[in-house]
Amino acid sequence: MAKQKNVLPGFSLSLGYTIFYLSLIVLIPLSAAFIKTTELSFDEFWAVVSAPRVVASYKLTFGASFIGALINAVFGLLTAWVLVRYTFPGKKIIDALVDLPFALPTAVAGIALTAVYSTNGWIGHWLEQFGVKVAFTPLGVIIALTFIGLPFVVRTVQPVLQDLEAETEEAAASLGANRWQTFSKVIMPTLWPALLTGFALAFARAIGEYGSVIFIAGNVPFVSEITPLIIITKLEQYEYAEATAVAVVMLIISFILLFSINGLQWWSNRSKTISH
Amino acid sequence: MFVKLLLISLFISSTTFSSLSVADENSLLNVSYDVTREFYKDFNVAFVKYWKDKTGATITINQSHGGSSKQARAVSDGLEADIITMNQSPDIDILYKRAKLIPKDWQKRLPHASSPTSSTTVFLVRKGNPKQIKDWDDLIKPGIAVVIPNPKTSGNGKYSYLAAWGYVIKTGGDEAKAKAFVGKLFKNVPVLDTGGRGATTTFAQRGIGDVLLTFENEVNLIKKELGDQYDVVYPSVSILAENPIAVVDKYVDKHKNRALAQAYAEFHFSEAGQEIAAQHDIRPRLQSVIEKYKSKFKSLDLFSVDEVFGNWEKAQKTHFADGGNFDQIYSK
Repeated sequence: MAKQKNVLPGFSLSLGYTIFYLSLIVLIPLSAAFIKTTELSFDEFWAVVSAPRVVASYKLTFGASFIGALINAVFGLLTAWVLVRYTFPGKKIIDALVDLPFALPTAVAGIALTAVYSTNGWIGHWLEQFGVKVAFTPLGVIIALTFIGLPFVVRTVQPVLQDLEAETEEAAASLGANRWQTFSKVIMPTLWPALLTGFALAFARAIGEYGSVIFIAGNVPFVSEITPLIIITKLEQYEYAEATAVAVVMLIISFILLFSINGLQWWSNRSKTISH
Repeated sequence: MFVKLLLISLFISSTTFSSLSVADENSLLNVSYDVTREFYKDFNVAFVKYWKDKTGATITINQSHGGSSKQARAVSDGLEADIITMNQSPDIDILYKRAKLIPKDWQKRLPHASSPTSSTTVFLVRKGNPKQIKDWDDLIKPGIAVVIPNPKTSGNGKYSYLAAWGYVIKTGGDEAKAKAFVGKLFKNVPVLDTGGRGATTTFAQRGIGDVLLTFENEVNLIKKELGDQYDVVYPSVSILAENPIAVVDKYVDKHKNRALAQAYAEFHFSEAGQEIAAQHDIRPRLQSVIEKYKSKFKSLDLFSVDEVFGNWEKAQKTHFADGGNFDQIYSK
């Protein structure tokens, strides 16, 4: 059988390198987690990962991460739009501000957010008058996860928006589309894949977040305890296998979710090309 | 104000491995828990001077601070500490159990079960004690918010929990009563911070809670650092929180600094070392220093972990292991 020639040279070398690199950085540490878990029998494993307290933490972690990513998808898109389509004084500064959640150590973010949202903080004491408590409640978890996820959506949507020429919108308008039609029929189909990627990244990042959440969450079992804290707690008790068991469950759920989001993206890409 | 907050937060959250330069016979790494920073700042200066006077050698002492279990885990996983100083013996036992870095009977190698100092759990309330909190029974009243660090992740929190349990036993109650008592107590806890300093921040900076349960030395530090907005309440009964120390055999042999490490450990028990502890509100052992600082340390009815719970291992298993008494408080 004739070997299929790739147009670009060095395919096997670069693929080999990619696989080696991915194994070294991602797969080996991850498989270590799976191997450590095998110290437990299946019954032990199941007892650890299905304990009511652990299940409550999955709900909080995945729920709050989802809501946070959703908020970011909406407002991140808006931010990207403003940054691409308008010129205004201070735009460069705002553009730089978007990346700050990347750079700030998450613990500092957590403490700063807690300071602002606690009942004696700048925002917290106003909210308190309406009976809304943010710090030390699940709401605080959502705020922290929204904070750390913002750059992902903005930075994935922004380049796509930049490539989207204003002329296409003008053409749509001149062909009689109203503003909503232009938005939903012309702009959104192009943006969907990028928006989904941004959402997926923000979501994945939020699931693993520990540093910032821990200060604002309150950490009360069944109420505001996130899964990463459960893992840390188990480590503090030197229960390594139990800790990795919970980590493995998180990994599997995250992988399935990310995989389906990617699938969704592929599907939306495909349906778009077909409709052309 | 904001910058200050940020600085404080950096300070709390970072586990500083300050200048972990190549270990040699003239340097020591002391891996310690969260709230001993201020103590070791003074203690190390005194010891460096003592060693210089005695041997003429100039030494460096590196410090690492963080949550006690996390620190112990770091050492057992390979952080080459020469000295480990913790606030509960299980966190040193682990060096034997997991990595055989020290012998099993490490507590027998230095006086007082290798614990040069101790502290105890006391209450810190807001100025004037508006909620009239006087003893343990007041903590479980409805509407009282109590700040305690998470016993699962913090030695400080474990001591608070055990102190509450021991109070019931010491005042004639049985196990069932004690269990009900700590259950009610933790129902009044709105925030479970992962470490002692985190709990301090929640109580002092965020204004959460009517009372903070923490170590006596931490309480006095709060009063010193954050001004006179608080009052200390000494409960009728509390727990003796011993602070053990160990020379990490495997690493001092590797670094060839055993003599130095041993002298450093023993310096904790000397009059000079004990005085520095007392100045930092850590309870000394030496009779002469106890006499000198009598006014500072209120005489309390203190019980040890061994006295009420048998030993630390049993306490850990019954109360803090997964599914133990602490978890049962929260399971419905």
